[in-house]
Formats: sequence, C-alpha cells, structure tokens
Amino acid sequence: MITAKNLNEEEFFYGHKACAGCGGSLAVRIALKVLGEKAVAVLPAGCMSAVGFNYPQLCFSNNAIISTFAGTASMMTGVLAGLRARGITDAQVVGFAGDGGTADIGIQALSGAIDRNDDVLYICYDNEAYMNTGIQKSSLTPFGARTTTTPAGNNIRGNIRPKKNVFEIIAAHDIPYAATATVGYLQDYINKVEKASKIRGTKFIHVIAPCPTGWGVKTDETVDVAKEIVDTGLWYLAEYENGEFTLNHKPESFSSVENYLKRQARFRHLTDDDIQAITAGRDSKWEHILKFWNVKK
Amino acid sequence: MSKKFLSGDEAFAYGIRLARPDVISAYPITPQTVVVEKLSDFVEDGSLKSNFIHVESEHSALSCAMGVSAAGARAFTATSSQGLLYMAECLVYASGGRFPIVMMNANRSTALPWNIYGDQRDSLALLDSGWIQSYAQDGQEALDMALMSYYIAEHKKVQTPFMVNLDGFVLTHTYEVVDVPEQAQADEFLPSFETENKFDFESPKNLAFSAGPETNTFFKVKEHLGLLNASAVISEAEERFAKIFGRKYSGLTENYKTEDADYIILTLGSVSGLIRQAVDELRDEGLKAGLVRIRYMRPFPVSEISAAVKNAKALAVLEKDVSFGAEGTVYTNVNSALKKNALEIPSKNFIGGLGGKDISLREIKDIFLKLKDVSEGQKLSDVNFLGVDVKGE
Ligand SMILES: Cc1ncc(C[n+]2csc(CCOP(=O)(O)OP(=O)(O)O)c2C)c(N)n1
Ligand code: SF4
Repeated sequence: MITAKNLNEEEFFYGHKACAGCGGSLAVRIALKVLGEKAVAVLPAGCMSAVGFNYPQLCFSNNAIISTFAGTASMMTGVLAGLRARGITDAQVVGFAGDGGTADIGIQALSGAIDRNDDVLYICYDNEAYMNTGIQKSSLTPFGARTTTTPAGNNIRGNIRPKKNVFEIIAAHDIPYAATATVGYLQDYINKVEKASKIRGTKFIHVIAPCPTGWGVKTDETVDVAKEIVDTGLWYLAEYENGEFTLNHKPESFSSVENYLKRQARFRHLTDDDIQAITAGRDSKWEHILKFWNVKK
Repeated sequence: MSKKFLSGDEAFAYGIRLARPDVISAYPITPQTVVVEKLSDFVEDGSLKSNFIHVESEHSALSCAMGVSAAGARAFTATSSQGLLYMAECLVYASGGRFPIVMMNANRSTALPWNIYGDQRDSLALLDSGWIQSYAQDGQEALDMALMSYYIAEHKKVQTPFMVNLDGFVLTHTYEVVDVPEQAQADEFLPSFETENKFDFESPKNLAFSAGPETNTFFKVKEHLGLLNASAVISEAEERFAKIFGRKYSGLTENYKTEDADYIILTLGSVSGLIRQAVDELRDEGLKAGLVRIRYMRPFPVSEISAAVKNAKALAVLEKDVSFGAEGTVYTNVNSALKKNALEIPSKNFIGGLGGKDISLREIKDIFLKLKDVSEGQKLSDVNFLGVDVKGE
C-alpha cells in the first residue's frame, strides 16, 4: 500500500505555473507519484494543461499530451490502442480533466470510452468552475456559488442550479470502478488511485480540488477546505464497484455548513435561507446514501 | 494483383487494408459508411489485423486517431460532410501536432438545406486546416491513393495528416473494375510506421503543447514547410509506386491535351471523366480544348497549373463549391497562381454540382464554347452557376 511515507519521491509534474495553493496541481502531482513513470497523461484544455505545457517549459517528466477540450477520453482511447499496437501493455493511460472538461464538453467522449470499457483511468479534478478561462460556471459549480457568469447581485444570486451528479452518472454506465475523493483526505485519494490502477477496464475518480483563486480562500487553506467539504457532508467519499455504491467515510456528526460557505468569497453573499436550502439538500442526499449504499465502518 | 469489381468506397477500403493501419476509429455518415463497413469485414475475417474502435462521434474519431499517432502507431479514419465539419477542431489540431493520420472524406454537400449528395463544400471549407488534400477521379486512383497517402503523410520531411477526397456517390458508390495489388507488393512500397513525434519511455515527451507569441510562428512555418515538402515527396512516392505496381501518376495535376489547348477547364475529382469526353468531342469539331485535373489542392500546384495553361486563350474553373460572398475556392487559388506567374489569361468560374446536381456533357461543352466567346471579347460574369436562373435583387 502506498502512503504519504513511502510515496514516490520523484516529481512527475514539476515546475508548472499553477497558482499557489492550487488543488488541481496537487491532485495531478499525487496521482502521478502513485502511478509512476510509466503513466501516460492526457490533459484537455484547462488549468492543468495551461500551467504545464508552455513551450519550452514542459512540466511533465513522464509522457504527456494535451487533448482538445472535448477529447480527453477519446484521445486516451487512441493512446491506449496505439501503445497496445506497439506491444506496450504496462503503461497506465491516465486523464486529468477539470470539471468543465469532464461534466460538460467532454462527457460524450467519456461516456463513449466507458461504454467501450477502455482500460484507462480518468481523473476529474473538480475545482467547481471553468477556472482557466476566468471562473465561469460549469455544471459542477454548486448551488449558490458566485462565478463570473453567475454573478451575485440583486437580481441573480450566484449559480441557481445544483451540482450535476457526475459520479452517479458515470456509475450508471456500470463502469468497473468509480470513486469520489478530495485532496483534503489524501490517503483516501492515494488508495483510490492505486486501486484503480490495478483494475482492468475504465476507471473514474472524481476528486475535489479547491482553487484558491476561484473560491476566494487563502492559498494555505486548500487542503483544509478540501477536508471541510467532506466533514460538512457536502461531499462524500465513496466508491462504485460491482454494481454497488459504498460510502468510505461517515462523519460522526457534520461540521457547520455555514462556516464552510462563509470562509469562501464565492459564497459570501448567501442568505440564511440559501444556507438552509443547501443544508437541506445535503440532508436528503445523506438520507439516500444511508438507505441505499453500503456504509464502511 | 487481382481484378475486382468494386465501388470507390470498397476500392479505398482495399487500399487501406494494404496499408495495414494499426487502429481504425470512425463514425458512420453517408456516403462514407461503406468504407468502414468493408474495413470491419476485413477485421472480422482476419484479413486485416487492426483494432477497430467504435467511437461516439467524428470529433472522437480524429481525437482517438491523434492518440494512436502520438503513441507511435498508424491510424485511419473516414468521414464526410457534417462529420468533417464536426471534427474541424481536431483537423487543425492534428496538423499542428504533426500527426500523419490518413482520412478518407466522401465529398458531400453540407447543411442547410440537408442534402446527402456530392459536392465539395465540405473539404474546401477546411482547405486551410493544414492537411494535404487530394481528390481522386476513379476507383483505381482511390485505392492507390489510400496506399500512397500513408507514404507521403508519414515521410519525415512531411509529417502531415492527409485527406483523400472521393466524390460522394459518383465515386464512392459507382462500381468499376479495379486492380488490387498483392500485400507483398504493398509491403515493399510502404515502410512500417515510423515517427519521432511519439511517446518515448526512455526519454519521455510532452506533446501537443502551448507555444506563445514568441515561438508560435516557428512551429507554424515548420508546418507550412511540411506541406510544401509534400510536393517532392508526392513525386517520389509516385515513382516508387510506378516501379512496384506499374501504374503512373502525374503529381499535383493531371493534364489532358493541354499542350496546344486554347481553352482549358480546371477542375477536381470525378467530373474530369466527362470533361475529357467533351475535350475529345470538341477537338473532333476543331476546337482546341484541354483539361487540367487538380489532383492536390494542398500543396497547391502553383507552377504546375501555370505551366499547363500558359499558352491558353481562356480558362474556366469548374468546381462544386462556393465560398459564399466571394467565389469558388478553387477559382481563387487558380487566379492566384496565374497572377504569381504574370499570366494575363481571362479566367471564369463555373459552379455546378451543388447538392449532387448532375453536370451534363452539354454544360461542359457550353463552358468551352463560352471560353471561346470570352477570348473573342464577349463579356461574361466572373462567377457563373450552372443550371439555375436566380437573379440578384
Ligand atoms: C472547444 C473549446 N471551447 C472552449 C475552450 C476554452 N477553454 C479552455 S480551458 C476552459 C475551461 C476549463 O475548465 P475546466 O475543465 O473546469 O478546467 P479548469 O480550467 O478549471 O482547470 C475553457 C472554457 C477551449 N479550449 N476549447
Ligand atoms: S486558477 Fe485555480 S485551478 Fe487554475 S491554476 Fe490557479 S489555483 Fe489552480
């Protein structure tokens, strides 16, 4: 088992230009350490490709390629097929796509790859907006969040739609393995990446990766808010395997939703009613989870 | 070598089988479907050892092909019309990334109005996407181009994706007798896939990167040079092809009775057969007609066209497309070639065959006769649409 103590010391994503405290780059960096030098990374347009591939400063020390925004999964399919044609069977093809690249423009290609059960690992680093183009709403932006296209004023009060349930949409394909994670609980994320890399067929990991720039938190708070989102119950650590959902971690009691929201500039405009609505949404989700999912002790 | 009775799509599929692509990824669209169905049959019966990937869109078909190429293997895809337009983003990506993918495009009208028949607006709209573009005239050329296109695209001086165009239905679905070469001959002709532009586990690579204002031009000039280099490589490929298969091709253009021609039509693709007939019939009547078939739109045959037409009295460009608000795209390109070579020959544009409308022998003969009138001082508008009478407001 890979832990923080024996994690690869080599850097595979090194010298990039991400903002200080970027959760996405942490997710990419850790996953590559788990997967090692044989991983071939495919990254669509988005922050992680923008900060990592500026010629001549190319920041991946393993093989890596930028795909079109919509084409992460289809390019992964091709890379896998091409490597197989060359007789290379021990390289893990891994994708790192943002929430927009995954849940919006790239969902068709992702669905296609899962449908073919291509042996690839797709990691969605979710910073809950289109960050690279300047913090616009995606379908994974949570209810209430202020973005540059869902401004918070007197008429519009941030994003009015709930976060798309991408984990369960992916699971509905009956994918061999899907999981949720957060960079706040790194060991859990590491375990899932390691486990996924050993499963044949398509694997999907949805990892919450806060963006200090877009969320309006301090650069040293990334890991802390990424923990807090789980502790509040607004995100959950789960897996889908063999047709079943399993909750990996059940907080004894939830920490304050209000505190979580109010520390982030994107939620600061929310009213008590909004916060109550968000809390109620959480509660009904958890009711469902506890009723229908396996719950790990 | 064996003789087979094949449609253009089938002939192309036989050519692709001879080229042994490692991976085929494609999405169906009429009139391209037959080529991928045939290739699926070849994979099924074991005569082609390829991985056939069922992708969920044309965008994914080419995206997948780029992944294959980046991994160091040979890729094939095919499309048409709306499918080609849908993958437009990936077209410029593949050429910028220098992935030598081969794609067959079945030339078809683009919507709206919806229409599944052949014209060339789809490929000509993407002329600037950085791909080599060739236009086949018959089933034999289609098969031979399928094989040759890989040689040219993958040549280290070229490293550029290649789009072979077949006129929808007229060529894709018309049956004719075609020579199918032996696999051993094809293997002698086409080396196995080799590229430096691929992942490497000894010394890993970051592909398809960003290049800002300081470095962008460098890469774009390299890409441009790759296409220009293709001219010489096309000749080399054809010589090699003639040696092994005994069939000769003539490079970027094919000229028919142009040496002493007064009136020449320049065109693309399968309509050339009919023009050749018109040339013969008119010559019997004493009119010195000729044909330049443009085999490649990119690289564009600037000097070849100029050399072929330099003594003519008037020229017509007959094409199945229009660049709305301007004129036919081929016409623009031909005029530019003439200008560069200081040739002051009157040239007129004839646009026909849109949405699959037949171009008749009579219409072609009329074009030649109009050229004669033009050379004798009669006025004619620059752009003329065949077979319609729509007046401007
Ligand atoms: C076809 C296309 N449309 C739009 C864009 C512009 N674009 C580049 S990155 C991006 C946002 C990416 O957002 P996300 O996938 O959430 O990743 P993040 O930037 O947050 O890391 C957009 C809209 C593009 N590159 N390609
Ligand atoms: S904007 Fe956000 S996601 Fe993008 S690099 Fe900066 S911190 Fe990371």
